[in-house]
Amino acid sequence: MADSSVQVPQTTTGPALPVVGKSDVRPTWCPGCGDFGVVAGVEMALKRLGIPSHEVVIVSGIGCSSNLPHFLTPYGFHGIHGRVIPVAQGIRWANTRLTVIGTGGDGDGFGIGVGHLVHAMRRNVDMTYVTMDNQIYGLTTGQASPTSTLGHKTKSTPDGVIESPIDPISLALASGATYIARAFSGDVKHLADLVANGIRHKGFAFVDVLSPCVTYNKINTFDFFRQRIYKLESAGHDPTDKVAAWQRSLEWGDKIPIGLFYRVERPTYEDLEEGFEAGPLVHQPAGIADLSKVLDEFV
Amino acid sequence: MGEVAVRVGGQAGDGIASIGESVTRSFSRMGLHVFGLNAYQSVIRGGHVWFQARASDRRVYSQGDGADVLYALDRTTVEVHVHDLRPGGTVVFDPEKFQVDPKEVPAGVRTLPVPTLEIARKYTTQSILQNAGGIGAVAYLAGIPLETVQKVLSDSFGRKKGDVVDWNLGASADGFRYAEAHASVNDHAVAKQGPPRLLMNGNQALALGAVAGGCKFLAQYPMTPATSIMHWMAAHASSLGVVVKQAEDELASINMAIGASYAGVRAMTATSGGGFSLMVEALGMAGMTEVPVVVIDSQRGGPSTGLPTKTEQGDLNLMLGAGQGEFPRAILAPSHPKEAYLTAIEAFRLAEAWQTPVLIATDLHLSESFQTVDRDELPSPGPIASLLTVEPNGHSYLRYQYTDSGVSPRAVPGQPGLQFVAVSDEHDERGHTVSDIRAGLPKWIAERKKMMEKRMRKLEGLARDVHAPEVEGPAEAPLTFVAWGSTVGAVRDAMAELSRRNVATNLVWFPALYPLTPERITSALGHRKKTMLVEGNFSGQLGRLLRAESGFVPTFRLHKYDGEPFYPHEIVAKVLEVTPNGRQ
Repeated sequence: MADSSVQVPQTTTGPALPVVGKSDVRPTWCPGCGDFGVVAGVEMALKRLGIPSHEVVIVSGIGCSSNLPHFLTPYGFHGIHGRVIPVAQGIRWANTRLTVIGTGGDGDGFGIGVGHLVHAMRRNVDMTYVTMDNQIYGLTTGQASPTSTLGHKTKSTPDGVIESPIDPISLALASGATYIARAFSGDVKHLADLVANGIRHKGFAFVDVLSPCVTYNKINTFDFFRQRIYKLESAGHDPTDKVAAWQRSLEWGDKIPIGLFYRVERPTYEDLEEGFEAGPLVHQPAGIADLSKVLDEFV
Repeated sequence: MGEVAVRVGGQAGDGIASIGESVTRSFSRMGLHVFGLNAYQSVIRGGHVWFQARASDRRVYSQGDGADVLYALDRTTVEVHVHDLRPGGTVVFDPEKFQVDPKEVPAGVRTLPVPTLEIARKYTTQSILQNAGGIGAVAYLAGIPLETVQKVLSDSFGRKKGDVVDWNLGASADGFRYAEAHASVNDHAVAKQGPPRLLMNGNQALALGAVAGGCKFLAQYPMTPATSIMHWMAAHASSLGVVVKQAEDELASINMAIGASYAGVRAMTATSGGGFSLMVEALGMAGMTEVPVVVIDSQRGGPSTGLPTKTEQGDLNLMLGAGQGEFPRAILAPSHPKEAYLTAIEAFRLAEAWQTPVLIATDLHLSESFQTVDRDELPSPGPIASLLTVEPNGHSYLRYQYTDSGVSPRAVPGQPGLQFVAVSDEHDERGHTVSDIRAGLPKWIAERKKMMEKRMRKLEGLARDVHAPEVEGPAEAPLTFVAWGSTVGAVRDAMAELSRRNVATNLVWFPALYPLTPERITSALGHRKKTMLVEGNFSGQLGRLLRAESGFVPTFRLHKYDGEPFYPHEIVAKVLEVTPNGRQ
């Protein structure tokens, strides 16, 4: 029997370790990009929760927004397009002491990676997923995304989009996410509240952030949203009422709700997986203690 | 040398595999060396499936070339297999189901009608019990003591209620006694040799070795013939402390494994060629982010969905080239369950030591065939050393630091003060991307080059660290076989047969298919007189690799791509064909 292959400290003692802040890498986003608000909100949320940097992992895929992990001080994994959620789950299951946050764009989360999103939500993995939803493919210079509105003219749809957009909120409701919110990158404090509560939430927390692309999306701009958004918490919405959440999720027009749509407590995947009862996998012994006993099964 | 083989055939759903496994395990408990081949189709009921249990007092490495007892649960079995019976062989069938005309069996082959349904009705209305009567008769003919086969049956039904066990014991005894009264034991039957041997298939051995080698996490999507790796792991997850995740697809499987490994847990995934094709992009990500990951590709007939339940060695080109760009990898290819166990342990060591993906190439024939192994061939790997090399030291930590070996100090999340971003884009030593605002600038052009060279340097060390080609047989033999994977088994048996015919041959096979240095290839093959490449694919993928790496070209080639494993007699025939006098 061997010790775990990795000696990761099991408890944090002694002087408080540094909490999350900005790294020395500056964002390369276009001036005025909505994603500045998101990175500021995520930083604010993590700071408020006081989780030390080394116990946080931010995972991203590909797209403008997926550069986010580089701009903050936690551990990061900047992987391939659409696979944020599987990588994040693997990290979470390897070490359940870590706070795992997935980040990415609407193409990453609702296009190439949507299958993983649905399954992570139904599993109720205890992680937070923050999408920077700008309703366009930005890094590839302006093609329609899964959330682009009908009729939106882009380089790939010069006559306008002819497919109905995915609605991330109702997708999350149907898929079984247990914390479902929409934020706006023009309201960083509100965004930070939603992200912080999502991280605190035990289960899959989903925060879809309306995060305008100032270069390639001339429809869904900061002004577009400022004229339409209202806060669910100011409108008497009860986030424990799933039917009400469904009704609010249908609103997308003159009025667009932001805030917490739905929240429910149910066991997480990690609660139900017996393999985690003995503590984080990374701290459990590796190898076979009594090989001879296992070999007896082959007689 | 003694050798006896039992073949059982019928329709899917008839219980052919469990009859075959009972006979196979009876042999292994007699201390015999066994090979058990389960030949099946992609159907749940119907069709034609069969099982061959071959046992010997010496090592056997393949299903062999004939049978001595054929237990036919339907007429098709008689028609398909009766001509494989050796003289002195016996066809066992139930005359209540169908008749076998003595004229349709080869000369020297006998028929033994056994009333298996009638025996079953003594105990129950469940007709499946007929198999127990059949097993009893087969056991008698094959020289298996009644108490041995009964113990196997009671062990396999151990969890069911007492009646089922008693019925099986009763019916098997009735079948055994019936055969004893109406026939005689096959001349080829082999007596008990000693204590029981272990019996396992390649997938079980890989799963066992993986856990012994420190694997704590498996993510997998079902795909024949890799699925039983997940089955074994899931059945042992609680007792061995492993987490098994059946993922939504193969994309998720490998990305989950990479995530877990990045966070410090030895992790793997397993699949067949179709699923492996989906994993290709993430494989490159593991190479680029320098995260260890073990991937098992259990090959089946391709291309595309191909022949799901039939074997092939057609994925080597894919494994060699999987992923855009270039990154270091190792490809290991065991030929036998005992090697599969050791290979899995080795794969985890190599992956962690070199922080890069390690692929294990198996195939349906190795993954699913049962072979005997001795306990001392499956040693415990001992303590699993931590290969993390970095402690916080107050200085800036460089995850992708340039080193002579190409291996950089590795930290994992949870270690204070060592935070870094593992990144799929090209990056500098700290893990900052050089792909956007730095791309194409002179300083970062140079950095990209250095980082590429750092990663690729790992191949030099890996090439020394993986197993060199193995040589078996007399050194000066005039003909050398060249093979890999499960095909090695049939070649070993063919070599034994050729040796009996006074044709000396030897064998060079490749426990590690990549990286392969020209020096190692030339040292193993350069001085051979004549060589014969034996591969289970159309184009000779190992042959192409050897030629590319060293210029080696085999004298003769034998390829098989009909979905069936090699039979020793096919290899023997090819040798005799190219050397008409039976001598080189």
